[in-house]
Amino acid sequence: MFQRLTRERELPLTIFIDGTATPARHGDTVAAAMLGSGHVACRTTAVSGTPRGPYCLMGVCFDCLVKIDGDANRQACMTTVRDGMRIETQRGKREYGT
Amino acid sequence: MASAPHTEFDFAVIGGGLVGAAIAWGLARRGRSVAMLDEGDIAFRASRGNFALIWVQSKGGGMSRYALWTRESSDAWPQLAAALRIETGLDVCLQQPGGFHLLLSQSELENRANALKRLHNQPGMVPFEYHMLDHAQTEKMLPEIGPDVVGASFCPLDGHVNALCLLRALHLGFQRNGGRYFPDCGVERIEPRSGEFGLHGGVDISAHKIVLAAGLGNAPLAPMVGLNAPVRPQRGQIIVTEKVAPFMNYVVHTIRQTDEGSVMISDSVEEAGFDVSVGSGVLAVMAERAVRMFPHLAKLNVVRCWAALRVMPQDGYPIYDQSKVWPGAFIATCHSGVTLAAAHALLLPPCIDSGDLPNESLAAFSARRFDVPATH
Repeated sequence: MFQRLTRERELPLTIFIDGTATPARHGDTVAAAMLGSGHVACRTTAVSGTPRGPYCLMGVCFDCLVKIDGDANRQACMTTVRDGMRIETQRGKREYGT
Repeated sequence: MASAPHTEFDFAVIGGGLVGAAIAWGLARRGRSVAMLDEGDIAFRASRGNFALIWVQSKGGGMSRYALWTRESSDAWPQLAAALRIETGLDVCLQQPGGFHLLLSQSELENRANALKRLHNQPGMVPFEYHMLDHAQTEKMLPEIGPDVVGASFCPLDGHVNALCLLRALHLGFQRNGGRYFPDCGVERIEPRSGEFGLHGGVDISAHKIVLAAGLGNAPLAPMVGLNAPVRPQRGQIIVTEKVAPFMNYVVHTIRQTDEGSVMISDSVEEAGFDVSVGSGVLAVMAERAVRMFPHLAKLNVVRCWAALRVMPQDGYPIYDQSKVWPGAFIATCHSGVTLAAAHALLLPPCIDSGDLPNESLAAFSARRFDVPATH
C-alpha cells in the first residue's frame, strides 16, 4: 500500500512487529514503520473489536495504539523507533496490571 | 400578553435531566399528555457528569425513610431497565453485583462501622444485609486491592449503570410514549392561574399541572408557585482512565469500571458555588487514594477529567412536595438522580398523577420539614 522513498540499504534498524524482524529508518515513527511494512491495522478497538490503523499521524486520534516493549496503549505515531524495539498489534482492551 | 386559548398539556415537567426525564417518562406512560422543558447543552447538568452508582449502603443516616426509599428504588431498578429496553431497544448496562466502601486506615474502618451501625439502629429502619470485612476477606472478592486497604464495608444491594445511556433511554422512551420535548427552553417565569399554569421562557406553554425537576434551577422557580427548594451546588470531580480489560467484579464507592472498560474515580466533595473547574490538588488526592486501593491503576493513562455539580438539598435528603397555595404544582429534587431513577420513573408518577402528594408514605420528604414549627 505504502512505498518508501528510501532504498533498502538506508533502513539500518531492525524492529520486531509481532515477532517479525522488520527494517526501519532512523527517525521513523512506529506508525510510519508499520505502514511502510504493510501493517495497516495496528490494533482492534476496545469495545467492538473493529480493526483500526494510524489515522491522524499527529497524536490526536489515538487510533494507532500498539503495545511497545510490553507497554500497552502507546501511540505509534508519537513514538520514534529504536533498534530492537518490540511492537505488538493490540487486540482490544489493554490488560490491567501490564 | 394574550393568554393561551387552551391548556395544552396535562403536565409540564420543568427539567430534562435524570429526575425530570424519569418523572416525565412515568407520566407519559400513564397516558398523560406531557411536555418536558429543558435547558440547552451548557446547562449545569448533574445527569451528564455523575458517577452513575446505584448506591444503597450508606444512604439515609438521619432519615430512615430515605434509606427505605433508596432500597425501594434499588429493588425497582431491574424493572426500569427492562422496560426501557423493551420500549427503546437501549441497554442501560445495569449491574447490581454489590459494592465496597474501601477503608485505608483503622480509624476509617471504625468510623465506617459506627456509621453503618447508627444507620441501622434508627427508628423505622428496615435493616438490609451488609458486612464489615477485613483485608483478607476483601481481597478474596477484590483480588487487585493494595496492602493499604485495611478493610471494607460490603453491601450486596449496590450497583451501577451507564448513566448516559439511561438519560438517552428515558428521553427516547418519553417521546415514544407521546411526550413532547422542548430543548433550549429554560423556564424563566411561572404564572399560576386557576386550574392551570403558564410557563414562560424559551417557549410559552400552559399545563394543568407542573412538576419542578430543574435541579439547581428549582431554587429560583419554587417560590413562584408557593414551594420551597433549598438546594445548593456541591462540586464533585471525576477522573477517567483509558479502557482496560475487566478487573473489578464489584463496584467501589469511589472507583468503578464502566461497561466499556474505562475506570472512573470520584472521591471529592467541595462547596464551590457554580464553579465547574477542575483542580489538580483535588485530582491528585483522588488519584493517590485510588492507587492505594488498586496499585495497578498507576499504570493507566488518564484520558479525561471533569467537575460537575451535585444538586444538594439543605439537609441532603430528597424533596417531593405539592404546593399548598397552588395545588397541581409539584416539586422533585434530590442528589441521587441515578440511584433514585427507578423510584422517580415507577413509584412517584402515580402519586403525582393522582395528586396524592405529600402522602403518608412520602410525607417525610415534604419541604415543610424546613419550616419552623407553627403553634397550633
